Amino acid sequence: MIFSFDLLINAIVSGILIGGFYAAMASGVSLSFGILDIVNIAHPAFIILGSYAAYTINHQFGLDPILTSIMMLPAFYILGAGIYQIYYVAFEKRGQESLRGLAFFFGLLFITEVTLVLYFGVDYRDVTASYIGPTWHFGDIDMPLRIAVPCVISLLLIAALQLLLGRTFIGRAIMAVAQDQLALRLMAVDPIRIKRIAFAISIATASLAGAFLIIIQPVEPSVGRDYIGRIFAICVLGGMGSLPGTVIAAMLIGVVESLTSTFYGPSWAPAVSFGFLLLTLAVRPAGLLGR
Amino acid sequence: MRTLPFLVVSLIIAALVFAAALAVGNEYIFFAGYVVLQYIVLSTAWNILGGYCGYVNFGTGAFFALGAYSTVAIYNLLGKNDMPHVIPMPVLMLVGGIVSGIVGFGMGYLTLRLRGAFFSIATLALAVVLETLIVNWDYVGGSRGAYILRPETVPLIGSYVRYLFLIMLLLAVGSLVIARLIERSRLGYGMTTIRDDELAAEASGVPTLRVKLIATTISGTLMGMAGAPFPYYIGYLQPDSTFALDYAINAIAMPLIGGTSTWIGPLIGAVLLDSLQQLITVTISSAVNLLIVGCLLVAFVILAPNGIVGLFHKYFQHKGDDFVGRRRTSLDEPEAASAAGSAPESPA
Repeated sequence: MIFSFDLLINAIVSGILIGGFYAAMASGVSLSFGILDIVNIAHPAFIILGSYAAYTINHQFGLDPILTSIMMLPAFYILGAGIYQIYYVAFEKRGQESLRGLAFFFGLLFITEVTLVLYFGVDYRDVTASYIGPTWHFGDIDMPLRIAVPCVISLLLIAALQLLLGRTFIGRAIMAVAQDQLALRLMAVDPIRIKRIAFAISIATASLAGAFLIIIQPVEPSVGRDYIGRIFAICVLGGMGSLPGTVIAAMLIGVVESLTSTFYGPSWAPAVSFGFLLLTLAVRPAGLLGR
Repeated sequence: MRTLPFLVVSLIIAALVFAAALAVGNEYIFFAGYVVLQYIVLSTAWNILGGYCGYVNFGTGAFFALGAYSTVAIYNLLGKNDMPHVIPMPVLMLVGGIVSGIVGFGMGYLTLRLRGAFFSIATLALAVVLETLIVNWDYVGGSRGAYILRPETVPLIGSYVRYLFLIMLLLAVGSLVIARLIERSRLGYGMTTIRDDELAAEASGVPTLRVKLIATTISGTLMGMAGAPFPYYIGYLQPDSTFALDYAINAIAMPLIGGTSTWIGPLIGAVLLDSLQQLITVTISSAVNLLIVGCLLVAFVILAPNGIVGLFHKYFQHKGDDFVGRRRTSLDEPEAASAAGSAPESPA
């Protein structure tokens, strides 16, 4: 093992940048799994769907992928609202969300993935944008823009979500629905509507996260599977439903993964986040900033 | 039916299946049939934890691969001494089963005290951790994969594929007998109460953690046993495809389509779904077959929550013995009995 200061600093910086992107991926799950208690295991598939949406429009019209994904937000929002409606009628209302609800999302994961495979094939796809390619140098530190740009926008996204949850009526209602549905109903708010909105927002974040993913690396339909465990690891480690916790956990996992792959080789990196997850579940299931 | 007559009847049926496969006289029947049988074992094993206890395991591929890789490890160990085939397959299966069972127990111990969803996520994580270990373990081939040379023939039976088919047939019978035995025992009732209401189960004296640990261990063991002969079947084992999520979706879809509350559900689901898959893989493509599994899974969990067995009960209400052969008593309400212990509607 060659230990050099440059390598260490660079590994940490790229870990933090990648962590910012992980946070965008995990923020949707923090909303759905952390706050609403809906174990949306298909979230990574929707992220890949977002990647392909960005890819298609980027290739057809040459639009910027991030701009595209912002334009796609309403479509993903509607998709999310639709999925929640099915989930509510078929599972939550009947009290079967634990076993069949999970199986439902697992099925959705495969349906989305295979549909993309059949439509786009299994070739890797990528997008073009002005910030893909150049790298800023600060002394010894390299900062590739293709990772830095998603990281910054991802942090903006999470700040916006945090403001939404903390400052607006809908946001407070979402936080309330997690605590006591009956109380919400007594205050003349329909908890189902609030949950539908929250779940729709969580799916909408997948549009942005998908664009980030395809900017950072070429994408093929089953790439999403690699992220399932990582996203849930971040969500659990951050303390279910806490967005600041999610950011901290995402960066922590990003840095540890980056260090592992720099000093031990990339083939060991996947085990890190999952090792972290198993450890967290065993030792402190409430996570870092848990309620 | 008691367990012993059931065992005898299933062995007779198994013998008939084997005789029928021999009568067809085409080796491909054994190749395809082996996969169907393997999925009967996997889905029955999944159902012991998922269907009876209500804990969703996404790590079927991991337990299966553990069984397969323990076979590879033993093969390589003995191959160094030029005698790779001295250990008979049943012993290899036992070893694979024990390895998977221990891992299943360990993981259950770490996560089963938490809510169900955490267990499910942890099983996903376990699959990746184990895959990383295998990829980095050169002794069993690492990411390059491992080759297994199987013997051409087996005395008395003929080709090696026939031998594997026969062994898997026996394992399938064994796992169905175990599932049925659990279903009717105190243990099974304990599992069902855990699924319906864990708090109430704990309050009425069911040792929930112990019951769940027994379930994960049995389930993991059976999955490992199903995986042990796999390297001999496939000839070339590679971590990516052995740890694939495809095993997980099949092992989940089959019981849910067949019906999770009885031993016969996974059997029906596995036979139907895998025969369909074999057909689609040959006629259309293997990508489409996963799409169909996904669609069927979603359709069934939404429209027919109790699977095919549930549909049967709905349309053919039998008097006396019900579909799984349990005698009804006057205490059973018609709906409760027809659902055969499926999850009740939760109070709003």
